[in-house]
Amino acid sequence: MKEILLKAENVRAYYKLEKVSVKAVDGLSFEILEDEVIGVVGESGCGKTTLSNVIFMNMVKPLTLVDGKIFLRVNGEFVELSSMTRDEVKRKFWGKEITIIPQAAMNALMPTIRMEKYVRHLAESHGIDEEELLEKARRRFEEVGLDPLWIKRYPFELSGGMRQRAVIAIATILNPSLLIADEPTSALDVVNQKVLLKVLMQMKRQGIVKSIIFITHDIATVRQIADRMIIMYAGKIVEFAPVESLLEKPLHPYTQGLFNSVLTPEPEVKKRGITSIPGAPPNLINPPSGCRFHPRCPHAMDVCKEKEPPLTEIEPGRRVACWLYMEERA
Amino acid sequence: MSRLVVKNLTKIFSLGFFSKRRIEAVKNVSFEVKEKEIVSLVGESGSGKTTTAKMILRLLPPTSGEIYFEGKDIWKDIKDRESLVEFRRKVHAVFQDPFASYNPFYPVERTLWQAISLLENKPSNKKEALELIKESLFRVGIDPKDVLGKYPHQISGGQKQRIMIARCWILRPLLIVADEPTSMIDASSRGGIIKLLEELREEQGTSIIFITHDLGLAYYVSDNIFVMKNGEIVERGHPDKVVLEPTHEYTKLLVGSIPKLYRKLEDL
Repeated sequence: MKEILLKAENVRAYYKLEKVSVKAVDGLSFEILEDEVIGVVGESGCGKTTLSNVIFMNMVKPLTLVDGKIFLRVNGEFVELSSMTRDEVKRKFWGKEITIIPQAAMNALMPTIRMEKYVRHLAESHGIDEEELLEKARRRFEEVGLDPLWIKRYPFELSGGMRQRAVIAIATILNPSLLIADEPTSALDVVNQKVLLKVLMQMKRQGIVKSIIFITHDIATVRQIADRMIIMYAGKIVEFAPVESLLEKPLHPYTQGLFNSVLTPEPEVKKRGITSIPGAPPNLINPPSGCRFHPRCPHAMDVCKEKEPPLTEIEPGRRVACWLYMEERA
Repeated sequence: MSRLVVKNLTKIFSLGFFSKRRIEAVKNVSFEVKEKEIVSLVGESGSGKTTTAKMILRLLPPTSGEIYFEGKDIWKDIKDRESLVEFRRKVHAVFQDPFASYNPFYPVERTLWQAISLLENKPSNKKEALELIKESLFRVGIDPKDVLGKYPHQISGGQKQRIMIARCWILRPLLIVADEPTSMIDASSRGGIIKLLEELREEQGTSIIFITHDLGLAYYVSDNIFVMKNGEIVERGHPDKVVLEPTHEYTKLLVGSIPKLYRKLEDL
């Protein structure tokens, strides 16, 4: 049995505006094991990027943690991140235990600062010998397929795919146990996408990082590396299951709709056909009552409008939040 | 009969004032589109696929080569305004960015009124025209009262793209050139747009050219695929042949790198 690396209990994080709150993450509970890749999949605006901010306690106003707890295992013991302030988590754990490759990572580096400056800065803030860390950075550059001498270059001298790998090399330099990658492939062409997936998997194999959270809207990409997948809709987890069983038989109607809208060059896709989900995702200021998917769901029943389905384990390892499957059990 | 014949099409852009630098954007491209046929020009950015589309739409003159639409050379045989209007009526474009296809200062149905003014048999009065607009909106799955009188910023990207297709229902063109029509809308509404274009083909015999970088889309919808690289067509044929048994190195690399839903890439 693998150990739990990160645990979230009933986490709610809202964007608190003057009069209203946007309920971007609303009551999520999940756990991430050691030596595991978790894919978080959902459409734009379903709260997946907010979830990544919540995991590493990057709470910048108006984003506020309203409820729930987040635990991270550090040296064999659980630390409650949610009880600390952002600055405290930043000082103690960012870079060392948790690291993130943000969306549009290729534009995260200042074009006028040489990349080695970031490493020097990192060494300074963590009290590590600069030259030692630079040497490590050069090796890491080599591991992600970049020339180690390029660390002296300016970011604009590198292509988009290379810059992104440089960000990954710098972000993982202190061997954090958890790596969060937010839409790392969406701005890359398919050839560079594959290189990036290879780099991530290699880091996991070498034990540089223990677990990876891969946030994306592209199911076909995350399917290549993930062990389990979280499907999000309108700030909720609707399904959480191992990738293979999820692909074989998606249970939640939203998951089914999402899978059936994927177009990849495969004979199975042609046979299956393509469908679309009617309507648009709801406004998270005032989400629908009951199950948030019910206005678009082809199987909606009366109970779906009234009561929210809890995320329930219906088979070992398979969790789904849908009344269709609760009745079968009762 | 072939609806569109493209023969040895070449476009060279010259840059610079004194020392001319030449960029061959499209090199010697030839292909045909039959009636009721859907073809895809697939390639990455800079492969020349959009330049080819612009020449077919008569927006950009070719350096050399011919384009025949319904037997007429569109760059030589169209001379007066009348025949140009006729060409515009028969060949229709659906662009990538539905946000840029509308003038933000006018209600969205303006684009449909413009389509009506292009018609050969115009409706006799405004009421009839409005009926036609409503019918076209129903055809693309939009309730007219949701969009009529609204401005572009008040409706979603998917709705905007659907209204562009509603134009096609009014004009009933013989050929639609769709440049990345689904790349800016959510995955869950993409299927709907593709279905609408397929319906148009079934009911009116429209030929469609998809310009896309998405091999998955091309594989799914087309009868014929042309893979472009550096301005040339490097591979052509039936989707099953191009995707499942590619012969050109570039196509092999492309197909091999695309993540699949039902199988894992082996060398990760």
